[in-house]
Amino acid sequence: MSMINDFVVRFANVNGTGSASANYLFAKSIFRMGIPVSPKNIFPSNIQGLPTWYEVRVSEKGYLGRRDGVDICVSVNPQSLKQDVACVTPGGYFVYDNTKPLAAEFIREDITYLGIPLMATCNREYTDPRQRQLFKNVMYVGALSALLEIEFPVLEDLLAEQFAGKEKLIAPNVKALKLGVDFVQENFTYPLPMRVERRDLVGNHILTDGNSACGLGAVYAGATVVAWYPITPSTSVAEAFHDYATDLRIDEHGKTNFAIVQAEDELAAIGMVVGASWNGSRSFTATSGPGVSLMNEFLGLAYFAEVPAVLIDVQRTGPSTGMPTRTQQSDLTLAAYASHGDTKHVMLFPSTPTECFEMTADSFDLAERLQTPIMIMSDLDLGMNDHMTAPYQWDDTRTYDRGKTYSAEDLEAITRYGRYLDVDGDGIPYRTIPGVHPQKGSYVVRGSSRDEYAVYTEDSAAYKRNMDRLAKKWETAKTLVHAPQRYQEKNSQRNGVMFFGTTTDSAQEALDILKEQGYGLDALRLRAFPFNTTVAEFITSHDRVFVIEQNRDGQMRSLLTNELTVDPSKLISVLNYDGMPITAHTITDQILHHMQSAQ
Amino acid sequence: MSYVRPKFRHPLLPTNDLGYTASDYEGSLSTLCAGCGHDSISAAIVQACFEMNIEPHKVAKLSGIGCSSKTPAYFLGQSHGFNTVHGRMPSVATGANLANRDLIYLGVSGDGDTASIGMGQFVHAVRRNLNMVYIVMNNGCYGLTKGQDSATADRGSKSKAGSVNPFESIDLCGLALELGATFVGQSFSGDKTQLIPLIKAAMNHKGFAFLNVISPCVTFNNNVGSTKSYDYVRQHMEATSTMDFVPMQTEITATYDAGTDAAITLHDGSLVHLHKLAEGWDPSNRMSAIQALQTARNDAKVLTGLIYYGATDTELHEVLNTSDRPLNSLKENELCPGKAKLEEINKGLR
Repeated sequence: MSMINDFVVRFANVNGTGSASANYLFAKSIFRMGIPVSPKNIFPSNIQGLPTWYEVRVSEKGYLGRRDGVDICVSVNPQSLKQDVACVTPGGYFVYDNTKPLAAEFIREDITYLGIPLMATCNREYTDPRQRQLFKNVMYVGALSALLEIEFPVLEDLLAEQFAGKEKLIAPNVKALKLGVDFVQENFTYPLPMRVERRDLVGNHILTDGNSACGLGAVYAGATVVAWYPITPSTSVAEAFHDYATDLRIDEHGKTNFAIVQAEDELAAIGMVVGASWNGSRSFTATSGPGVSLMNEFLGLAYFAEVPAVLIDVQRTGPSTGMPTRTQQSDLTLAAYASHGDTKHVMLFPSTPTECFEMTADSFDLAERLQTPIMIMSDLDLGMNDHMTAPYQWDDTRTYDRGKTYSAEDLEAITRYGRYLDVDGDGIPYRTIPGVHPQKGSYVVRGSSRDEYAVYTEDSAAYKRNMDRLAKKWETAKTLVHAPQRYQEKNSQRNGVMFFGTTTDSAQEALDILKEQGYGLDALRLRAFPFNTTVAEFITSHDRVFVIEQNRDGQMRSLLTNELTVDPSKLISVLNYDGMPITAHTITDQILHHMQSAQ
Repeated sequence: MSYVRPKFRHPLLPTNDLGYTASDYEGSLSTLCAGCGHDSISAAIVQACFEMNIEPHKVAKLSGIGCSSKTPAYFLGQSHGFNTVHGRMPSVATGANLANRDLIYLGVSGDGDTASIGMGQFVHAVRRNLNMVYIVMNNGCYGLTKGQDSATADRGSKSKAGSVNPFESIDLCGLALELGATFVGQSFSGDKTQLIPLIKAAMNHKGFAFLNVISPCVTFNNNVGSTKSYDYVRQHMEATSTMDFVPMQTEITATYDAGTDAAITLHDGSLVHLHKLAEGWDPSNRMSAIQALQTARNDAKVLTGLIYYGATDTELHEVLNTSDRPLNSLKENELCPGKAKLEEINKGLR
């Protein structure tokens, strides 16, 4: 079997030793050679000292989901030696630092060991202790470039870009690369059977992460007030917004056309978003599951008082503190019905960084159009890992949809303004921004019951009218949110699959594998909650629908059965919830198991 | 229910410079108990805004939950209001303020809303020096849930049912001072000659202006033995000074006694004149203010009036260096970097 452009490399490092930039250099160089690549950071909840891994899948076919099995393990962490040796697929390679000999217990007969004296070489070549540490990492990238035939000029270009403005650092880095190349050339047979060959499979795609994309999308959407509380894995959303906005949103006086507040907690963060949105700014927060738990109270207020808000939930492994640095899609039911009473919230499910950018931008239009919170359901895998993704696009003729808002002139033409009047019959009332008019349009927003004119009331009929209007607005939302993506013109198979978010890459790969094995399936990718009619139709038109998701309880399946009039026995969960990104293998195994036992 | 006030007005009611009558600053009819201190504070807010010629729609009023937090419906009916969730008014006010720096933000809260459930947000709004007026209508009890002790109930204070509060009370003025509040005042709902100028000065202050107003709960905490009853507060009040608020435009005609009088200039040029200053108290000295509060507490006195005023600190917008224009007024052309820039960003990610 050819292993050209089709293998997995895993780097085993110690957290905090500067391995991230070397590993990124490796992945990016393959991407630059036109070959699809998918890096995944598997990191601990720790700043320094614990084991951390970086897995790079190289795939000629463009499969970007995580793949089981490691073909080459690069081990520079003695702490995790045992499991790192064990992870290598028979026939694979174990690249390690042989400055100290490997104990006999770590020797397997079915893999090849490539010892490189990383520490000894760097100690000899560099005097500064920090450089000795850092250049060990660069040296193994150099060694891999020789073993895998990565084009050296590509690496040099990347280093030159990385150190633009700090040119002094280029030469010692290139030297470290060469130390690795030289050692391989002098000591090993190279290249390895698994290696890379230049292709033109990347097109104009970019390599970036979902959190940066969300931050950038918020800048483009005109968000001006950002309130957040640090929490893994969402922190880099606010940081990305800050960095992009600092670059792109400074006015002619050197002042910022945005405000970012690091709040005292998530309750305050969402409270600030609600306050800013009420006052006519586009505002968002980014958080993860534990933050959404805390934000429930305000989400209920925003739903009931009809205040726009955008929340980016970068999901991690729950419940409670769970595994903060592992991925999951397990906040769905929490987010869908956050807060007490009859509440429902709109969710969007991006599956790529490009979609993170687009959906974040769209979410501000939706939030103001629907006057309700919109939650972007990203996750750690999407948010913090780099993904090969279509380039960002923006139409300069696009204008922001600020929703139904009365201006001073509009108010002049109205005899009596009613904040919660369903003027247009779509359940969405007209709002006014504080300060808009000297005499008209003012009202008190509240989480307590009120009539159409925003006057406090405990009248049952008025309360019920309002709740029914909110339900009508929910129906309107179904027509405005992103429609699901169909993978076929017409449904033709007896069975179907549904997936969403980061499950997509592996689901698509699994569909190919199943098709090869004679199991054709129709596919639908969910992009939003509430579900529009296509979703129910898809379920109705199939005997069975596999719902693939990354949580234990089949939360999307619960939402489908809860919201749609469909036969629940048709919906079969395909689940992965160990905190690692789902693989095609996991999906095919579960689907095949079900298909075969059902036959 | 909120009841809308009748619109009929006597034609000869005095108007202010904007042509508004005091009743234009009123809200709907109060549903609080007859004699509630909070209604007096609402009336003081109405009077202060009328006298200061504030355009009602330039004020945003915010509150949390509780009796006190109902009051924004009862004053400034032409202002937008936000009756938020319990203890969370500061965060909503923070976001609102960031969105539009040109409005006046008037937050109203209670002792439960601020000193218990909202303590976390209160202290952070203070330390950010958010440009707002924060009034606590402090009655030492939870009125809406029928009179439980709050965290500002004094130790030893007796409830209507006869139980004695065993816990130390939280002194909100002292806390605000510790956290760097730039304007701290304390007053009594029954003393409008002091309260109105205090509110005026607070509304003209740039930065976080805190007013703790003792506001007796007639129904649940006005009994003998309570330290938040009308009688007790009247008997134990001790003013730091008497004060007048002089708006910027007004010619100063009053005369002042050297030694016992002082004048404070607010950021817009308005003045606060203080008369009969308490001995050893300097309104611009934080240490002196803390000392005065502690001494009063020790002597079982309720220190009222302006406690501290610090002019120099920067408010949150200045710290963040935000645009002079309200953020909510910026349009696509100022906010969206556009397609060409995005192409550049794409290029950097290839």
